Amino acid sequence: MRKEEYQKLVSEYTPKENKWKNAVIAFLVGGLVGFLGQVIVAILQNSFGMETTEACSWLCVIMIFLASLATALGFFDNWVTKCKAGLFLPTTGFAHSVTSAALDYRKDGFITGLGSSFFKLAGSVILYGIISGFFLAILGVIIYG
Amino acid sequence: MIFINAFLISGLFCFVAQVIMDNTKLTPGHITSLFVVLGAILSFFGLYPKLIEFGGAGATVLISNFGHMLYTGGVAGFHEVGILGLASGLLTKSSLAIVSAVVIAFVLALIFRPKN
Repeated sequence: MRKEEYQKLVSEYTPKENKWKNAVIAFLVGGLVGFLGQVIVAILQNSFGMETTEACSWLCVIMIFLASLATALGFFDNWVTKCKAGLFLPTTGFAHSVTSAALDYRKDGFITGLGSSFFKLAGSVILYGIISGFFLAILGVIIYG
Repeated sequence: MIFINAFLISGLFCFVAQVIMDNTKLTPGHITSLFVVLGAILSFFGLYPKLIEFGGAGATVLISNFGHMLYTGGVAGFHEVGILGLASGLLTKSSLAIVSAVVIAFVLALIFRPKN
């Protein structure tokens, strides 16, 4: 959390060119993640004969695994600081938030630390995802039948 | 060319997210939550399947895809078992992402120590 606050402070005092630089970096890195994802999907489809949906599901697991591993090894925090939205907006960001909370709070014990703080960062994504998905699905079946 | 489209879609979403973050006081936590809700809204208007058709994995790797899967899971559940299906089906498609993230994070937390 400290790092984010620091980042916010920095971005408040940086001139406008830096904002554009950040946005371009986010575009390039985010694009690269999507591109690599597509490459992995193509490999899974061609070499393993998977359907598109199955390949995308495997891609999701692969991305989560890689991001979690990079977080556990200590690389990912630096990468996110540099690449920002390019890495936290894809599924990698979700995996990063779960893994970093798990690593950080484990010292407080398995129940009071790891267990209760596991979703400290990723919880809002799940909560607002479920709330919006649920009510929009109700609206959807009413309108579209 | 689907590879270029994947790059463009994924890059564009990240670009917008970065612009929002740099020009407001929102944190990455706010932005990811916002984009999950946006994914559900795009799915509601039938736009997210088109994004996936156009950008392939570029659209499915985004956190917005989580909102899309929740919405489609809820609707599919309703068509299968009726009103209760809205709740029982909601998480079916996104279960993969949640369970794999939880299991992987837990196992890694047992093995590794925080580096800072």
